[in-house]
Amino acid sequence: MMINIAGLLLIAFIIWWFWIAKPKSLVARNESVEIIVENGVYTPARVEVIAGQTIRLKFLRKDPNPCAEQVVFSDFNISETLPLGQEVEIKLTPKQTGEFDFTCQMQMFRGTLVVKA
Amino acid sequence: MGVERASVNFAEHTAVVEGEVAVADIIAAVKQAGYDAAELKNIADESEKEAAEMRYYRALLRKTAVAAIVGIPLFAGGMSGLFPPINTVVGQWIWGIAGLATLFVLIYSGGHFFTGAWKSFQSHNANMDTLIALGTGTAWLYSMTITLFPHSVPSLAQHAYFEAAVIIIGLINFGSALEMRARGKTSEAIKRLIGLQPKTARVVRDGQEVDVPIEDVGLDETLRVRPGERIAVDGVIIEGRSNVDESMLTGEPMPVDKSSGDEVSAGTINTQGTFLFQAKRIGADTALAQIIDMVRQAQSSKPAIGRLVDKVAAIFVPVVLIFAVLTFLVWFNFGGDMHLGFAVVTTMTVLIIACPCALGLATPISIMVAVGKAAESGILIRNGEALQQAGHLTTVVLDKTGTITEGSPRVTDVIPVEGMNQDQVLQWAASLEAGSEHPLASAILLAANEANLDTLTVESFSAVAGHGVHAMLNDKPVFFGNAKLMQKNSIKIERYEEQATALAKLGRTPMYLAYDQKLAGIVAVADPIKEDSKSAIQGLKKLGIKVVMLTGDNRATAQAVAQQVGVDEFIAEVLPQEKDKKVAALQSSGAIVAMVGDGINDAPALARADVGFAIGSGTDVAIESADITLMRGSLHGVVDAIAISRATLRNIKQNLFGAFIYNTLGIPVAAGILYPVFGILLNPMIAGAAMAMSSVTVVSNANRLRLFKPRREIV
Repeated sequence: MMINIAGLLLIAFIIWWFWIAKPKSLVARNESVEIIVENGVYTPARVEVIAGQTIRLKFLRKDPNPCAEQVVFSDFNISETLPLGQEVEIKLTPKQTGEFDFTCQMQMFRGTLVVKA
Repeated sequence: MGVERASVNFAEHTAVVEGEVAVADIIAAVKQAGYDAAELKNIADESEKEAAEMRYYRALLRKTAVAAIVGIPLFAGGMSGLFPPINTVVGQWIWGIAGLATLFVLIYSGGHFFTGAWKSFQSHNANMDTLIALGTGTAWLYSMTITLFPHSVPSLAQHAYFEAAVIIIGLINFGSALEMRARGKTSEAIKRLIGLQPKTARVVRDGQEVDVPIEDVGLDETLRVRPGERIAVDGVIIEGRSNVDESMLTGEPMPVDKSSGDEVSAGTINTQGTFLFQAKRIGADTALAQIIDMVRQAQSSKPAIGRLVDKVAAIFVPVVLIFAVLTFLVWFNFGGDMHLGFAVVTTMTVLIIACPCALGLATPISIMVAVGKAAESGILIRNGEALQQAGHLTTVVLDKTGTITEGSPRVTDVIPVEGMNQDQVLQWAASLEAGSEHPLASAILLAANEANLDTLTVESFSAVAGHGVHAMLNDKPVFFGNAKLMQKNSIKIERYEEQATALAKLGRTPMYLAYDQKLAGIVAVADPIKEDSKSAIQGLKKLGIKVVMLTGDNRATAQAVAQQVGVDEFIAEVLPQEKDKKVAALQSSGAIVAMVGDGINDAPALARADVGFAIGSGTDVAIESADITLMRGSLHGVVDAIAISRATLRNIKQNLFGAFIYNTLGIPVAAGILYPVFGILLNPMIAGAAMAMSSVTVVSNANRLRLFKPRREIV
């Protein structure tokens, strides 16, 4: 019985953690954010920006895994190759508010650009 | 913020600016000061990247080897019954040591999965690492618990799974290494393009020729190119003459004759002769750098077919996690005596077999190979969407002038009316056309020039789009254009219409010249058909595509050309601004339409079409409105592009089908769905092997596209 309850709680936790709860976002005030690509994640993975403002995202890839080689902002039709250990700047001006994912080609590295009014 | 330091080296035409400021701003400032500037950004060197990849590849193999050294004896010992049972004291010791060895492997060979899993968990994400870490971690924890407290579970369940954890880690590392190898091949095309860029250039400075690194070549510097050398930057020849092999950029096998005033492009080869040229575009601005950039961009873009998969991939891992928990619960509750053992093994197998990577890789990897392959044949595909659309085309609309034909028309006939002579007609026509930008104008001016006729001054010149031109000569109105122009201005042409029709039937374009409201003569111009247009059109038809020719020419001329090249349909007398409407009309009848044009006059039609093909003139890639740019002038590029696109779509579908089937069959089998009926339970190690191979299979299948050969049948 205990195990069953624990299992169901675990499922509830998975749903809550991966779909409902949101990670803390980094609010980009100074128009430029450095995003480290390492250990299978983008840090920060959630960047909050203001609509209409140009933002410079500076990606620094430290992860040698070839998956990390590309970062794709499919909503903005942007994709960039990230050479190992070399900062790559992506400049964009989001016009619409909403949440836009940026990922590696295989969707294993995931980040969100939150555009607020 | 701002510029901290700046220094200018006049001898080398370079400036170094330090500080935090955008390059574009500096260039703008320099331009404002009256100079020109470009960024000295070299095309990224691939050797460093390759070295890093090689290091990672070796590390993966080392990790695999360590896992094998520990895993194989454990596996053999367990299978052969060499190790004593776990519920004895000796057994506990032996399995305890095995557990520690396994822990070492998990940390050394599998540490990156655990850090990755933890990091992504912290950012509310789950990925491949999560599945592997949870699968092997659960196996280890359960096995260690059994080893320490064997009597906490029924005797049948007293079994450790250390070897499974170790072997799975080994297999996955090995799979990643194989995948990397296969992936290296997918970017061969771009490596080849980057390899075209020479590392040094011979620059003339202060009258001396010196070899300098390519990054040091400034704008407007003079460069020397010797026979057999690769041209370093884009520029214009100022002295000398040679044949330049541009096949690497355009796919055009014949070397092009170049002399003073002609443009040369970085990466092309000077076959013979030597020349001096002035650098006009350097660094990231050269055609080669732009091609590389465009191919890179396109390689990483995704077509719509990939978007749905992205949605699935985004939620895939958490769904698998939930499924794994459910699997555990079902086995735990209904698994009989062995319930705990079954629950742990099936949960582990579910976690291990699920492979989001194969799913995520399916589309982009094929696009990457295909776009690179196309670029090698001089076909630049802007993005994945264009590639997908090109695979679905049903109708191709070809512009006549410059697309089916050479685009450099020549005067074939000059027919004066009674009382006029040929020279007079040609001279008047040339005088009118001197101010026109129409492609036919240059043919008439050339003919006048060859006949040593000067052009006369005309006044109040105006061009009537799709009709012709009009001006005042000696205070009398002169019209030069098609029958419509004459009718519009009430000029009688009936007597000569038959002659004009006869010319048109030969594929020539007759134009009427009228002076003082009376017909003065007819000038006919013909644009020779490109030698391979007919075979390319046959090729398109073989692909089941309807070919439509669009032209501003009169019906008779259009019909003559249409018959010669064998198009299915032609639309004549189309005004330039109507071209996009004709495309739209075809689209509204349900056709998926490609428009092929030169990219300048046809921009709206190219943009309107589902796929716009700009047929290039050599290395000029600045064709913005096109989805696909053909560097070579041949229409065979359209056939090849469509064939590559179809092959790619097929490849993507195979990949996606494979990845979906793999996951939808693999996961339930791993959960033990076959056990109640067939008594089959999947070994977690086999799940590990299947998982490791699934991504390799996807990459290898995509690599098959490299073997794609465009067909070249001459009809």
